[in-house]
Amino acid sequence: MSCCAPGAEMALDMGSTTSVLPSSQEIKLASRSLGDDLRQTDLSVPSVHCAACIQTIETALGKLDRVESARVNLSTKRVSVRWRGDEVPPFVAALGRLGYQAHLFAPEAEEKDRTLSELIRAVAVAGFAAGNIMLLSVSVWSGAEGATRDLFHWVSALIAIPALAFAGGIFFRSAWNALRHGRMNMDVPIAVGVALAYAMSLYETINHGDHAYFDASVSLLFFLLIGRTLDHVMRERARTAVKGLSQLAARGAMVLRGDGARDYLPVGEIEPGMLLLIAAGERIPVDGKIIQGASDLDCSLVSGESTPRNVAPGGLVQAGVLNLTGSLTIEATAAAKESFLAQMVRLMEAAEGGQAHYRRIADRVSAFYAPVVHLTAFVTFLGWMAATGDWHRAITIAIAVLIITCPCALGLAVPIVQVVAARRLFENGIMVKDGSAMERLATIDTAVFDKTGTLTLGQPRLVNATSIDPAMLAIAADMAAHSRHPFSKAIAGFAAAGGQHKFDAVTEHPGFGIEATVAGSIWRLGRRGWAGWKARTGGEGKHGYGGTVLTKDGIIVATFDFEDALRADARAATERLNDAGVSVEMLSGDTAGACGEVAEMLNIDRFVPALLPSGKVECIEALAKSGHKVLMVGDGLNDTPALSAAHVSIAPATAADIGRNAADFVFLRESLLAVPLALDVSRRAGRLIRQNIAIAIVYNAVAVPIAILGNVTPLIAAIAMSASSLLVIGNALRLQGFAPTEVTRAPSATRSGIRASVQPS
Amino acid sequence: MTTLVYLIPVALLLGALGLSGFLWALRSGQYEDLDGAAERILIDRDDKPES
Repeated sequence: MSCCAPGAEMALDMGSTTSVLPSSQEIKLASRSLGDDLRQTDLSVPSVHCAACIQTIETALGKLDRVESARVNLSTKRVSVRWRGDEVPPFVAALGRLGYQAHLFAPEAEEKDRTLSELIRAVAVAGFAAGNIMLLSVSVWSGAEGATRDLFHWVSALIAIPALAFAGGIFFRSAWNALRHGRMNMDVPIAVGVALAYAMSLYETINHGDHAYFDASVSLLFFLLIGRTLDHVMRERARTAVKGLSQLAARGAMVLRGDGARDYLPVGEIEPGMLLLIAAGERIPVDGKIIQGASDLDCSLVSGESTPRNVAPGGLVQAGVLNLTGSLTIEATAAAKESFLAQMVRLMEAAEGGQAHYRRIADRVSAFYAPVVHLTAFVTFLGWMAATGDWHRAITIAIAVLIITCPCALGLAVPIVQVVAARRLFENGIMVKDGSAMERLATIDTAVFDKTGTLTLGQPRLVNATSIDPAMLAIAADMAAHSRHPFSKAIAGFAAAGGQHKFDAVTEHPGFGIEATVAGSIWRLGRRGWAGWKARTGGEGKHGYGGTVLTKDGIIVATFDFEDALRADARAATERLNDAGVSVEMLSGDTAGACGEVAEMLNIDRFVPALLPSGKVECIEALAKSGHKVLMVGDGLNDTPALSAAHVSIAPATAADIGRNAADFVFLRESLLAVPLALDVSRRAGRLIRQNIAIAIVYNAVAVPIAILGNVTPLIAAIAMSASSLLVIGNALRLQGFAPTEVTRAPSATRSGIRASVQPS
Repeated sequence: MTTLVYLIPVALLLGALGLSGFLWALRSGQYEDLDGAAERILIDRDDKPES
């Protein structure tokens, strides 16, 4: 990976998370058959970002045995590999050697985006029709008369038919859906306006009339479709980027049959009573009971507990927990659909609150706008009928009112701002699921944070490094390099610059620690009771956190204290939220002690520790009842119900799959400043949306009287409508110009900071 | 005015040609990886022109 500097647009610090490479069985399960012995696997490779990456990956994978072809898609950061045979070619390992981490994603996600291609085709057809009709209309405006004008009108009418049928269909269907359910949306006045304009123009053409509005009805569709397509592209981009992140739930497990045979089965086929083999580094797929083996489990995604849990035979494990150190044999006690994960989904569906009742600004405006417009047109018709008694003239003018009020600017006012805002956020590594999320975020007054994995990184950090004998620390660091336990990883970061110690043998005792022999003496790094109990100095036992020690022949020579490292800029983020008038609270499943420390460091006054998932939902519902609009920021499985209960929610990219899917925003970078930034941009977008709606209303206030008086010609309509649309788009683009408050990407400030401070020792 | 008899069909035909070209490009997947297409131009292929 020659050119590819880390920290590119979307580079996730995946090395820091305990992510697991997909096994070849998993890859096979996730691949799909193209027939003829050919299979295709799609991998998400988040760190691909330049031409050299494309070339490196495509040539390296293409050289592998049985690989038919490999193609990188840079927009979606994916690689699709086509291969033959039964054995999976080692492409994940090959990618790993090149420095790219690959993840699988759910195969059902691999569905072509039909809506997008329909929208783009509609834009193309509408654009073609609008261009040609406008050409003919200009000729009419510049003086074509008699038979020539009629001919132009007829040609226009003909061109408009496919545009209306194909491109207009999107609006007609949506309007019809809304009306059928007794609702009103922006598409209703659009559909009515466009259809009536066409019908009237056709009537005029047949009767050799002067004015036809074919251009107005088609270019209206064109403008609106552009806005709609941009909106869709933005959301789709965010959705695929979120989907492409690592797959955290296990998708299968090795099942031990009664006769000793081993089968790799997908999660859905695992039944209670089956024996499963879980290697170190794998996620546990279903709830179960440990039959054999000892290990440490990382429960941070499930319970929010930051310290790994030590387990032995007879212990119960929950689906989604990461097995860290030893291999385990577990007996499944529940099928996947009854596992912890599925319970969370049920709790989440029950909690579906805040978002469901929210009505988008555009819908609220159109609910008010559409009746007013239609009423105005009707009153105009009645007025002209009463004044002149000429029904043809009355209808013509009434329809002209409808055309001029057709909410072109209003239809663009909201989506265009949200597209620009979403782009701003995307550039800063924040994905927005849809526009209403930004509207909701702009209204919040309370932000609730989860602790483990959100305010903190969920990874322990050694805090007493300076008080440990450097020589001892160096030995401990070299021993720790042999383990994937989080504490070991924290210690291993302190390895001395001058080479490795030579150990005669190193063994890891799952659940206890690491043992090494050097020149006849036994060194142990691990929990206090196992490694040794006699202290060389009187300094032992004053710290209660974990009690990890280094011993030499049973005598304690160093003790290690850990705390959960704070996420980069957590302090700055909470301060900026406070400045923005948002009160910050913390809900956690962790112990009161651990929560208290974090709360103190971040100046958070209110926190509730030791909460169950349902407890978090209750806390949020209580806040909502007392009139607060709550933002929930969380990453764990246990936060998921709370994420969907809150008014709006944000999750880091390292969150559990289901949590990422439940959240409205997902931020990809480590810095927590993403939260205040999202709030800031959303509030600015909210202001611009209101301005845009005001512009659209002012435009109507000027144009409608002219239309009511019967002075509107197709030329005036075309100019007025284009001018208002351009004004609205121009105003939306101002969002780009706001002084950028970039999320500074301090590349894992905490960890590099430690290393730097250790170098001198 | 008789020129219009063939000028209008010609104009429409050219427009329709562009439209169908766009739809063809869309269907054959040329818009699926716009970022990638922008970068791929920088890749040197092995197939050098014979000089």
